[in-house]
Amino acid sequence: MAEAILSVSDIHKSFGALKASDGISLDLFPGEIHALIGPNGAGKSTLIKQIAGGLKPDSGRVHFCGQDVTTLNVPERARMGLARTFQISALAMSFTVLENVMLGCVGEARGVFSFFRPVMTHPGLLKRAHAALDRVALRDFADVTTSELSHGQRRQLEVAVALTLNPTAFLMDEPMAGLGAEGSKALTDLLAELKQEAPILLVEHDMDAVFALADRISVLVYGKIIATGSVDDIRSNADVRSAYLGEEDEA
Amino acid sequence: MLPERLLNAVILLTLLAVPLAALALDEPFIITLATKVTILALAGVGLNLALGQGGLVSFGHAAYFGLGGYAMGILASHAQSFTPLMEVPFLIEGTKSMPVIWITAIIVSSLAALLIGALSLRTSGVYFIMVTLAFGQMFYYFAISWPAYGGEDGLSIYVRNGFPGLNTLVPIQFFGICFVLLCVVLFFVSRLNRSAFGLALDGAHQHSERALTVGININRVRLVAFVISGGITGLAGALFADLNRFVSPTMFSWHTSGEIMIFIILGGVARICGPIAGAAAYIILEHYLGDVSEYWQVYLGFILLFVVLFAKGGIVGALTGSRGKAHG
Ligand SMILES: Nc1ncnc2c1ncn2[C@@H]1O[C@H](COP(=O)(O)OP(=O)(O)OP(=O)(O)O)[C@@H](O)[C@H]1O
Ligand SMILES: [Mg+2]
Repeated sequence: MAEAILSVSDIHKSFGALKASDGISLDLFPGEIHALIGPNGAGKSTLIKQIAGGLKPDSGRVHFCGQDVTTLNVPERARMGLARTFQISALAMSFTVLENVMLGCVGEARGVFSFFRPVMTHPGLLKRAHAALDRVALRDFADVTTSELSHGQRRQLEVAVALTLNPTAFLMDEPMAGLGAEGSKALTDLLAELKQEAPILLVEHDMDAVFALADRISVLVYGKIIATGSVDDIRSNADVRSAYLGEEDEA
Repeated sequence: MLPERLLNAVILLTLLAVPLAALALDEPFIITLATKVTILALAGVGLNLALGQGGLVSFGHAAYFGLGGYAMGILASHAQSFTPLMEVPFLIEGTKSMPVIWITAIIVSSLAALLIGALSLRTSGVYFIMVTLAFGQMFYYFAISWPAYGGEDGLSIYVRNGFPGLNTLVPIQFFGICFVLLCVVLFFVSRLNRSAFGLALDGAHQHSERALTVGININRVRLVAFVISGGITGLAGALFADLNRFVSPTMFSWHTSGEIMIFIILGGVARICGPIAGAAAYIILEHYLGDVSEYWQVYLGFILLFVVLFAKGGIVGALTGSRGKAHG
């Protein structure tokens, strides 16, 4: 097997008595979508945060692109190409759609300390920004203020901003949440395409999307991964059914 | 409703027209008031970069204003007494040259902002406000207790400092200097707001996690903005001292920090010409309400309350009816 682009080894994180990450290890290989599923409060977002660098694990390591990044902060990991989308949209709401994407381009180009040149007419950055908007079909909304976007469009914009980073790997926390059937379908298609460029660690509650997209699935319950395997493995795994999929049926 | 660009032009032209009219009508005091507005507006433009664009609510910008003032006072007092500032390890003489004083004021206040920013930007919210306030007060007490430069009584400079080719003692000429400096700084700040740096600063203000996640080191961005902000307010301090031909620890006091903040809130937070409108409104109120009642600040309090509750965009926001902030 090829070398993992991202690998987490034996991550522990407690909030008081609560073990949000209880010895988690997982890998993300080139070209794959690795779905991370689990009930509410299982610790999925907490794990994503630790991989992105926003939360320090109590113990354990994170390797990215063959480098130990455990001590690097969020912007340092982002500049290595670790792109992240948030469970709750994290966008500059009074920026236009284009400005949000340009912010990503500026970060990617390490062009922050340019004080005099108007950024919104910079041809190179604009080209990147428009290309990212094209991929999520938001080009026509470039000049709309972000706060005026629908929920679904904000999710798309999150993905567009992540795309500007020229990603080596994606961390996506419930990108489908709150999208209608049509929106989920469009995003499912996009993710299937994106994984060729950079593998995706996908946290998702939408089981149709997960079963359609995932090459591998890991199931997280109470901070522990109880199973990792192919879609079929997970579907037929008795522990998973009782711990997680069973709950879905009851709900 | 006016487009903001047009309103900015109106604001600047009015600021220019009033002293010119006063000159024609032989009202030198009005020229002095307009000069004061111009200088205080410049201090506000400095703070607005940190507070408005960057969301860094500094309650200690009097430190930079005062350092600019004392840079002028110290250099000019040595020049007028013909004693050097220091002789070892190398000779530094006083000066009466405005450009040299300005550059000194900018450097000193930027360095102070670098130091204070590096320490205070680790905190946020109300802690940041308190830490910046505390630093400002440190300078205040230091100035009071440092007898070499007048201590509590401050320092008087007998003749206004000079600018090559101009007679700075003529009120309209000194106004001209201040007005041109304000315009130059406004030009640079408006370019900065539209630059990649401005986008990053604003983005970090609106959603810090968003900016971090695209690889922007927001601490560094904020520190640089803070330094530029302090430098601009320091320049204003040097001009203010020259206007009054006097510096005193009052320039360092937290009242001064509060006043600079009031210009911004009155005029419109994060609006490029907000501090001009705000400083003008403040000086007009102080001057005319101050004549009517000793307690004019009570009225000011009501006006501020009204702005904060009902007209968050301040004067500029009310006249343009927009939320402003364009990077295009
Ligand atoms: N900063 C924190 N301090 C204390 N507890 C926290 C903190 N962050 C998360 N938790 C707790 O850790 C547990 C895991 O939270 P997390 O957000 O990672 O769950 P999740 O799997 O993403 O759930 P969901 O599916 O609802 O998004 C929860 O019980 C949560 O309340
Ligand atoms: Mg979550």
